Amino acid sequence: MRNTKALYIFAALVCFTFFPQVARSGVSTPVKGDPFPDIILSVPENPLDKAYLGLREKDTFKLSHIKADVLIIEVFSMYCPYCQREAPLLNDLFDIISKRTDIRDKVKIIGIGAGNTPFEVSIFQKQYNVPFPLVPDQSFAVHKAVGEVRTPYFFVLKKKTDGSNLIVYSKVGSIQDPKQFLALILSETALK
Amino acid sequence: MLRARSVLAVSFAAIFFAVSICHGASEQFKGKIYNPGKLQAVENKTRLGIGMTAPDFTLPAVSGGTVSLSRFRGKSNVVLSFVPAAWTPVCSDQWPGYNIARSLFAEHNAVLLGITVDNIPTLYAWTQEMGELWFPVLSDFWPHGAVAKKYGVLRSSGVAERALFVIDKKGKIRYIDVHDINSRPSLEVLIKELEKLDK
Repeated sequence: MRNTKALYIFAALVCFTFFPQVARSGVSTPVKGDPFPDIILSVPENPLDKAYLGLREKDTFKLSHIKADVLIIEVFSMYCPYCQREAPLLNDLFDIISKRTDIRDKVKIIGIGAGNTPFEVSIFQKQYNVPFPLVPDQSFAVHKAVGEVRTPYFFVLKKKTDGSNLIVYSKVGSIQDPKQFLALILSETALK
Repeated sequence: MLRARSVLAVSFAAIFFAVSICHGASEQFKGKIYNPGKLQAVENKTRLGIGMTAPDFTLPAVSGGTVSLSRFRGKSNVVLSFVPAAWTPVCSDQWPGYNIARSLFAEHNAVLLGITVDNIPTLYAWTQEMGELWFPVLSDFWPHGAVAKKYGVLRSSGVAERALFVIDKKGKIRYIDVHDINSRPSLEVLIKELEKLDK
């Protein structure tokens, strides 16, 4: 019995010392009602993107610093054919929000390129004329922090009065219809 | 003793799973990808070198007809992208990435030829999942892996290495990357190599 326990401890030590991804793979994807991790991202180079997110930082920023009551996050990859097909729908969603003067300063969209370099993110942005900020997550740090989701994955966060974020939507796959998706999240966040 | 063996087996299975996990997988291929686990990074070092003439070949294309390397001589630079096998991790996102970088290849007057050792029906089904590819996908199925062998990138298991060859308009090899089979080559590096052809 003692030997078995020792073996378990030895195995765990081997796993977590030499294969830290074992620990990381244990991170579960946050769901509706959970807080969202206050991840750190690179500040977009484009001044328009920076202004859209309301950032003053130079190099990196915390997600909670984005000036928005509701934040739509798309975890994507330029190498993901599903994300490529989804791009026009997200552009439509941005367009619909932009035309709504009552919500356009409150609801923001950001894309996080899982495992993508800045170069790869820029290819995706250019190819699909993406009008909202896309930031790289080259080291998969964010991707791991949210449980290594498949792409595209959507989180919608509502900012609480204390500045922290609460998840109101957490799903893999297409948003389907941008108008209906917006109606859903406005309803979920009681922003309407 | 049996229990101790079980503990070790479970531990090593966990380690195996952890190192072979596929990061950033597209929902597009959910449930369709066979995960071979972590493989030996590179099995073959090609005997081809920079400055050598790229061996000519003719292969059937998924879209129909055949494609010969020699048809591009004097006209275009060529990038050969060998990937190990259809329906496997990494391979299933490498070409979709290239598929939205067409303008970057065009800027450097380069055509891209994707090659695997799979047969045409398999390649057809697999590439359909990627959307409409702008570049030819060629089947090196029969004689099995003959072109991969010519290029020194056929593994003993019958699949190809994950390899990139950049060939200039004169038919000379200008860049070789026999890459770690478990990871995707950097597109940025490849484009920089194409930029060098312009100088």
